[in-house]
Amino acid sequence: MEKSNVVLHVADVHKRFGGLHALADIDLQVEEGKTHAIIGPNGAGKSTLLNVIIGKLAPTSGQVVFDGTVLTGRKPYQINQLGIARVFQTPEIFADLSVLHNVMIPALAKRDGMFTLNMLRALDSETGIRAEAEHMLEDVGMLGRREMLAGSLSRGDKRRMELAMCLIQHPRLLLLDEPTAGMSRHDTNTTIELLKKIKSRGMTKVIIEHDMHVVFSLADKISVLAQGRIIADGSPDEVRGNPKVQEAYLGGAH
Amino acid sequence: MTTFMSRKDLFLLLGFTIVVLAMPIWLAPFGAGYPDLLQRFMIFGIFAVGFNILFGLTGYLSFGHAAFFGVGSYAAVWSFKLLTLDAIPAMIFAVVISGLFALVIGFLCLRRSGIYFSILTLAFAQMSYNLAYSVLTPITNGETGLQLTLADPRVLDAAMGQTFVGQPVPTLFGQQLGGYAGFYFCAGFLILAFFIAQRIAGSPFGMMLKAIKSNQTRMQFTGFNTRPYALSAFVISGMYAGLAGALLAVTDPLAGAERMQWTASGEVVLMTILGGVGTLVGPVIGAWIIKYFENILSALNDNILARFWSFLPDGVSDVVVKITSKFVGDGWHLTLGLAFVIVVIFLPGGIMEGVRRLAALFRRSGSSSPKTSARTQPAE
Repeated sequence: MEKSNVVLHVADVHKRFGGLHALADIDLQVEEGKTHAIIGPNGAGKSTLLNVIIGKLAPTSGQVVFDGTVLTGRKPYQINQLGIARVFQTPEIFADLSVLHNVMIPALAKRDGMFTLNMLRALDSETGIRAEAEHMLEDVGMLGRREMLAGSLSRGDKRRMELAMCLIQHPRLLLLDEPTAGMSRHDTNTTIELLKKIKSRGMTKVIIEHDMHVVFSLADKISVLAQGRIIADGSPDEVRGNPKVQEAYLGGAH
Repeated sequence: MTTFMSRKDLFLLLGFTIVVLAMPIWLAPFGAGYPDLLQRFMIFGIFAVGFNILFGLTGYLSFGHAAFFGVGSYAAVWSFKLLTLDAIPAMIFAVVISGLFALVIGFLCLRRSGIYFSILTLAFAQMSYNLAYSVLTPITNGETGLQLTLADPRVLDAAMGQTFVGQPVPTLFGQQLGGYAGFYFCAGFLILAFFIAQRIAGSPFGMMLKAIKSNQTRMQFTGFNTRPYALSAFVISGMYAGLAGALLAVTDPLAGAERMQWTASGEVVLMTILGGVGTLVGPVIGAWIIKYFENILSALNDNILARFWSFLPDGVSDVVVKITSKFVGDGWHLTLGLAFVIVVIFLPGGIMEGVRRLAALFRRSGSSSPKTSARTQPAE
């Protein structure tokens, strides 16, 4: 039988903020090529977990292993260079630069590494990177806006551009923090279509999401987080039928 | 490499070169066409262009760049004293030394960002100033300032059998660098400095600096180690400052500690903001304007003002002279302060923003005058 291939392993992670036990005993295995959703009520610790994975927060104990490499203790840029990209809850973009440059920068990071002193080469001569970025923008339907300043885009477009910034690096693992938060129904559906499209490319994804419609249209596997603990783990159908999940969502925390 | 330089950049560089080289002609009617002031225009232009690489592109506001300017001056004067009176070795020596100094200071200061970075640079610069003034007197000659004497060893000149009569002055291949020769020497360096800054701003490296200014968090999560980028920008701008300081020593071979004081650091910040932060041409224009007004306004006195206002009735002219005299002479900083406040409030993008708005106005009214468009290239 085919053995599942775990690419990301969050092992026994605890995170305390003073007296608050934000994450307790988290053990999470994400399989290669799958879309793994983490859901849970507000304050369950979803964003904390994502921040621990990406290196923004250090866990109090435990570690995160990506494809045999321990991520814990590494800097965000080192983690990115290993092949992990992240979309933020509020888009983190280069607001003062053009859309095209926003997408070219991550492509250069992928090609040239974390630091290069290429100050005498003209940016205009980077035709390969430029073409790659334009192709990526076409994929997310934003080619027509490439010369605009990123800061002047609508919220939905900023998010799509941020997604393009991550995808152009061809990451092995993509982390998405509420990719449709604050979007209209229409924008949400376009984003779902976009995410489905990249699903077929075999990229592993971890999604944190509030919107059940999004979760059930995309996820292969769901982990439910409540009060810092994983209370359920399984396929969408298993999770949907789990009484503990229904209690966490409908009975208590809200 | 398919393109060496875009058309727009090439025109900007050409236009800049012409404007600079023709300065003795077009500045004469303004009473600024004499070599001393023109040299200072070039020197502080270089200082501001370099400062803008750190402040304008990367977004780190240093309040201590005069330290590198001063180090450049001292290094150049030492080169004149120990090696040779030729200017080229002095320039190289000054740029290398100030670059190394900037590497150390930058490494320490860039552990913080924002206001803490600014305060750290200010602290280091004031420390350097005080050291130059007191403890390091054997190197800096303290209060008197470092100057050239006949007794200096000048090993390279001595080896070539050159001897001097009278006060030694810096030369270029045997030519003295006073007056207009000094101006064109400095102008060559300003044009070179501008060209390099243009290349940096138009390179992938320059785009990274702008990205750091825009969003440092995103840079890190995109896989860039931002520290070496910021440090490179810091060192480059420190080398520019050292180059400017060395040129000041070439045109006037005397280095004093007051060159490193915080007011000198503040001045280059004012120049950059006044001209337009982040633009290529803006900081140079800011430097020229400040140096021009410093020169013109500080030379005015009550007598000149009385003659100027003499068309007014006696009583009135006395009052007007009394008021305006506060804004000239030693009080010219008051005028500078007022001008600065007005620019920052009404044109936050500096003079370059004013130029851009004017250009937009012309374009809207349909009559795009070629005369203004030459200077309104959005310098990026």
